[in-house]
Amino acid sequence: MTDTRNPVEDLAGDYDIFDPDYVTDPVPAWAELRGRCPIAHTERWGGSWLPTRYDDVQALAKMVPELSSANPGPIVVDVPEELRRPEREGYNGASPISADPPEQTWTRRALLPHFTPRAIAPQREFTKVLCNELIDGLIENGGCDGAVDYAQQIPPRVIAHKLGVSGDMVDDFIEWVRGVLELGLTRPELRVKYGDIIRDFFAAEVIDRRQNPRDDLITALCQTEVDGELLPDEVVIGMCNLQLIAGIDTTWSSIGSALWHFSTHEDDRRRMADADDDLWDTAIEELLRFYSPVTMARTVMEPVEIGGVCLGVGDKVLMNFPGANHDPEVFDYPDTVILDRQRNRHIAFGAGIHRCAGSNLARMEMEVSLRTWFERIPEFTLTDPGAVTWAGGQVRGPRTVPLAFG
Amino acid sequence: MRIKVDAEKCEGHSRCYSLAPELVDVDDLGNAFELNDGEVPPELEDRARLIVDNCPEFAILITEE
Repeated sequence: MTDTRNPVEDLAGDYDIFDPDYVTDPVPAWAELRGRCPIAHTERWGGSWLPTRYDDVQALAKMVPELSSANPGPIVVDVPEELRRPEREGYNGASPISADPPEQTWTRRALLPHFTPRAIAPQREFTKVLCNELIDGLIENGGCDGAVDYAQQIPPRVIAHKLGVSGDMVDDFIEWVRGVLELGLTRPELRVKYGDIIRDFFAAEVIDRRQNPRDDLITALCQTEVDGELLPDEVVIGMCNLQLIAGIDTTWSSIGSALWHFSTHEDDRRRMADADDDLWDTAIEELLRFYSPVTMARTVMEPVEIGGVCLGVGDKVLMNFPGANHDPEVFDYPDTVILDRQRNRHIAFGAGIHRCAGSNLARMEMEVSLRTWFERIPEFTLTDPGAVTWAGGQVRGPRTVPLAFG
Repeated sequence: MRIKVDAEKCEGHSRCYSLAPELVDVDDLGNAFELNDGEVPPELEDRARLIVDNCPEFAILITEE
């Protein structure tokens, strides 16, 4: 699997989700495809389908068991045969996101009680203190990299707090997650390497919590019973892995996209500087809609006809939640950020049985991080648009956002 | 006005609970259910329409206007 790029000439039959133009701004590609196909196909990166209409993505999200999240997983570029590690497979690596029913059902029921609006309340105060500390450390500098110095610092610390592991692990978590999901997406050998590191780390944590229970998520999962039996270690390790790979670069991408947006849209920034609770609520949802970071993948298990195409057994389908959220059939002025948008059925967190289990935590982190930022730094601008870089593929967001304050 | 959360469709996005905790609550799995048999006080009718229009699963219905 090489990184040589042939230019994309026909989006409908040859799109490339790693193409730099698509990563920087995929909206024009979705608009073109929605009018033409509306489900595109490519042979690149092992081959996949890309739906672009809201109704199609919603329908595909409900196709269980026709579409699988487990075989071989929700990532578009598969690990090649020679790199697979069957001795480590057993229970799959990140239940419930990488499982199908029935395993998906019981693992999800075990996890969800820890992520309800009430269950994540202890993380809210933690996040508020954390954001203020981060700003204390950078405000005197007159500027910062909004992605690296702020957005990227928040979710790994919140997840570490939730799991009950040391905040000193944050830099490692960032490296591991980028290894799996950013670099590892097109380089499966890195995905395997960092996947092993994460697994070994949590295996040791689980052994520790079995002996030394504490008030944290790892302990709670270790003590969870399903049908009268404790969750096996492999399942708990997989769920901890899920916290990292699903809970970190996704949310930092959303926070970073929001800072990028406000640093480049002065009217919106001014409006949020004295926003009330209702405006914050709609604004967070609108930013989630417009800059939806996550594209999942499914594998076709039974032939499916949809949108004028036939998806064959073994094909990959990209769950293009970001593209669905720009469909003009569902959203008025879809390619404009409308901070007080009232009707917003966006599916940034997916839909159906795989709805993001951590969505309440992610929303809280976005709200607290942005409100705290605006309280302390209501005036800020992008200093160098040419320096902004975006990561894409299956998690899209800015990785460098140079800002000046005041 | 009266609303009903379709438990078969709800996947626990919590948008309704966030927008109108006076009208709905969520259970231990985060799935929503209507309060007060779904009865909506007149002053909250706009909020009820708002939660209908913001549910990603189309799970909230207005059963009586």
